[in-house]
Amino acid sequence: MNHALQPAAAQTVDFDTEPSRYAHWKLAVDGEVATLSMDVNEERGLRPGYRLKLNSYDLGVDIELRDALDRIRFEHPAVKVVVLTSARERMFCSGANIYMLGQSSHAWKVNFCKFTNETRNGMEDSSRHDGLRFLAAVNGTVAGGGYELALACDEILMIDDRSSTVSLPEVPLLGVLPGTGGLTRLTDKRGVRRDLADFFCTTAEGVRAGRARQWKLVDHVARPQQFADAVAARVAALHATSTRPGLGARGITLEPLERAEHASGFRYRHVEVAVDRAARTATLTVHAPTGPQPGSLPAILEAGCRWYPLALARELDDAILRLRSNEPDVGLWLLETRGDARAVLAMDDFLEAHAHHWLVRETVGWLRRALARLDVSSRSLYAILGEGSCFAGTLAELALGADRSFMLALPADDAAAPRLTLSRANFGRYPMANGLSRIANRFMGDAAAVAAAEAVAGDALPATVAEELGLVTFAPDDIDWADEVRLAIEERASLSPDALTGMEASLRFGAPETQDTRIFGRLSAWQNWVFHRPNATGEQGALKVFGTGSRAKFDWQRV
Amino acid sequence: MSINYSEKIPNNVNLANDRALQRALEHWQPHFLDWWREMGPHHFAQADVYLRTAVGVDAQGWASYGAVKMPDYRWGIFLADPVAGRTIGFGDHAGQPVWQQVPGEFRSQFRRLIVTQGDTEPASVEQQHLLGHTCPSLYDLRNLFQVNVEEGRHLWAMVYLLHAYFGRDGREEAEELLARHSGDTDKPRILGTFNEPISDWLSFFMFTYFTDRDGKFQLKSLAESAFDPLARTCRFMLTEEAHHMFVGETGVGRVVKRTLEVMKELGSDDPAAIRAAGAIDLPTIQRYLNFWFTSSLDLFGSEVSSNAASSFANGIKGRPDESQYEDHDCRTASFSLDTPQGREDVPLRNAMNQVMRESYIKDCEIGIKRWNLAIQRAGHEALRLTLPSPRFHRSIGVWAGLSVDPSGNAMEPAEHARSLPRWLPSEADRAFVHSLMRRVTEPGKMAAWIAPPDRGINNLPVEYEYVRLQ
Repeated sequence: MNHALQPAAAQTVDFDTEPSRYAHWKLAVDGEVATLSMDVNEERGLRPGYRLKLNSYDLGVDIELRDALDRIRFEHPAVKVVVLTSARERMFCSGANIYMLGQSSHAWKVNFCKFTNETRNGMEDSSRHDGLRFLAAVNGTVAGGGYELALACDEILMIDDRSSTVSLPEVPLLGVLPGTGGLTRLTDKRGVRRDLADFFCTTAEGVRAGRARQWKLVDHVARPQQFADAVAARVAALHATSTRPGLGARGITLEPLERAEHASGFRYRHVEVAVDRAARTATLTVHAPTGPQPGSLPAILEAGCRWYPLALARELDDAILRLRSNEPDVGLWLLETRGDARAVLAMDDFLEAHAHHWLVRETVGWLRRALARLDVSSRSLYAILGEGSCFAGTLAELALGADRSFMLALPADDAAAPRLTLSRANFGRYPMANGLSRIANRFMGDAAAVAAAEAVAGDALPATVAEELGLVTFAPDDIDWADEVRLAIEERASLSPDALTGMEASLRFGAPETQDTRIFGRLSAWQNWVFHRPNATGEQGALKVFGTGSRAKFDWQRV
Repeated sequence: MSINYSEKIPNNVNLANDRALQRALEHWQPHFLDWWREMGPHHFAQADVYLRTAVGVDAQGWASYGAVKMPDYRWGIFLADPVAGRTIGFGDHAGQPVWQQVPGEFRSQFRRLIVTQGDTEPASVEQQHLLGHTCPSLYDLRNLFQVNVEEGRHLWAMVYLLHAYFGRDGREEAEELLARHSGDTDKPRILGTFNEPISDWLSFFMFTYFTDRDGKFQLKSLAESAFDPLARTCRFMLTEEAHHMFVGETGVGRVVKRTLEVMKELGSDDPAAIRAAGAIDLPTIQRYLNFWFTSSLDLFGSEVSSNAASSFANGIKGRPDESQYEDHDCRTASFSLDTPQGREDVPLRNAMNQVMRESYIKDCEIGIKRWNLAIQRAGHEALRLTLPSPRFHRSIGVWAGLSVDPSGNAMEPAEHARSLPRWLPSEADRAFVHSLMRRVTEPGKMAAWIAPPDRGINNLPVEYEYVRLQ
């Protein structure tokens, strides 16, 4: 199969979809249970050059999955359990499409893997924080990324028809890793013994249900005739542990995002992106709420997806995804805010006061996941706390999560001087992948610094104080400001993008390792290294020759 | 209790001195016998059947005849004699000496192939579990049992390979071959076609003609394998498989012959009149043929297949009669494939399933010609049996699920659905054929819908009591 390489940015990737447009999934909601059935349309790959056979997936399939999950979170709050299954007989999912991987550029593969990782981590995030439970009803053979998808569920129920197998064949078949969390979840989440995992991951054909159960690769097995009953039983058990509101909760509609695109960027209602391709920078500006905001639970339900924090989460998320996929050369993102900090703090108070309500919980969840997406974006992040900015509470997370922050000091004009205001939102509402708040992560091991920051929560801090407390990196005054910021930007944009990606990823996450940090920091890094090696992607590499029948030619040297 | 191996299990693999193999078989053999009793020919365990037993691979040994009770049949293990200095005939390893052990690198691929092949053997016995009760003659009953015991032996052959070359995994797979059952929703056989029961004899003859012929081509391609024990096993299996296709070809031929006789008696080719006279009209035979031919085509797999490419490249599975081809590497060659979008050039290695399917179709034509010759000799110039287009009624590959008529032309789905009863056996056809299935067990007698064979088994007369029912 000699297909030309598809440049990653040859065509804009769009993350907008909705159920009536799905080509690959069926979403059925029945009371408190949603069933997501994978039924991949072979002919509807996102890019030309491959067919999505055997329920294999590409980015397009995963974009629909992400959308379906968000619809369940917001449009169907009654749902407590999601059953992930296949509409095919005897084939659950065969994983990422190999021909797609074989023909894709390195950047495309990495971006694809990151997005799929985030979607799967997002399922666990929803289960952990918001009580939405997931059952993988594996009704046929499951391989590679298909099993990794099942691994992201709370439980795996596998059909025992004496034929279907579960496998992670990436190493023996493709010369790459089960890099969408597969290796990590085997040990960290499922407690599969490492020597058994070692055997399992080098056995292309995998194991059948009996052994899968014995080795803890799956939780339950059921014969075909009992499978439907077993699904119902496991759904009931998971249902009992869910904290979602259940029947009676009325969902809101996620209307299409309003996004106006222009030559140098795009703009939503509250988020605006200006791309400077010559300078290889993008300025991402978040606007604070303006005007009267809904002040009660009925009012936010009424506002639905136009409710500011939810709109912000969606817009921020979409902006990050689009910049990542469509502007690969733009290596430095400048994070700015505009508007009234009091409006942001009022929003935070509301979120705090109604933290128990499902819509608030889910909205905070989306903000949490969008901010986490920012953390793992392979772009340099500078927060620019200039005049007119409103880095307060939730929006202060942007400054705290940046690689560096610049705050304008205006000692002569106190009224115009920008302020940084912490709120309770900054002390645990939006944990990073390592489980820490961005403040705690920032002051790794320095409890006094965290305490000092907490002590000033609610205070609108000027630059000098923020700098003193370690909440911003630099606080140039108005005389130095323009030059300092310009130099820092130009210098950053000139450095090796690879070295920066590695450096930033290493510095952003402090000590505690979690499954998520191990997936992003360890597994993904190794996978991306393997992707770059000739043994995987050289002309004779395993990924390249897959399907042609020819065997890979390896360079046997261990590096 | 120890087993006297050379007596119980005829073999040429030195079983008497192979402790590993003995251990494996000691465990497996009782399970096999249990399986045979439960899933094999129903209610015929006590019958004495005039069967051919292989006791060696030479001309005398491979066809030793005598009356046996089927559970006492001596299922043996035979490999065709080794060919001195044999080298790999195709793929990336062409020209290197063949392998006497499975290379670790290809172990799972080989295992999967052997398991898939092995799974079909007991599956067909299970599919035909009840067929004996409606036999059209003792001669046919015996042929059914001969096919059944040999499918059983072919299972043994695959199990031998699993036991001898695949260690603990192999032993587990061998057990699984007995655990899966045709049509069992909880543990079905691997390939879909092998989960449909064969409950009438017209289907049985079509199955042995068309589906066993797929088996023949699979065996022929494995007989080319770089893994010598597999190649030798399959070469010997092919000698037995020939009989199965003989049963199919002569079986359908005798049905056709009887129909032509009835047509002559009636002076009519009106299906209703022929049916009323107790024979099967040619259009019904054509519909059965359409069904079995097309479902057997599916068994070759997708036209474009990465598995096929890797099996060929790695020397695992060649093309049937590989030596007749000039290019044994095929790395750079392409293949012009008939697809719904028109002709498409695909890399030849990926098209090996299709290469095999096309040879198979040619092979299928031979019997059709013979049957048509009989029709022509009976004076029917306008009537012919034909193979439908390989685009028709497909469930696997690029033509799967498309609305195509038996000539291969695309048509409106609604019109296609309406026309299907003209092309494939309808419920009414099946009910009619079933109504003919009455047991005939008087030696030499035949059911009214089938002509007697030209000759008996092993030079015995047709009237010989091939099965002595107890």
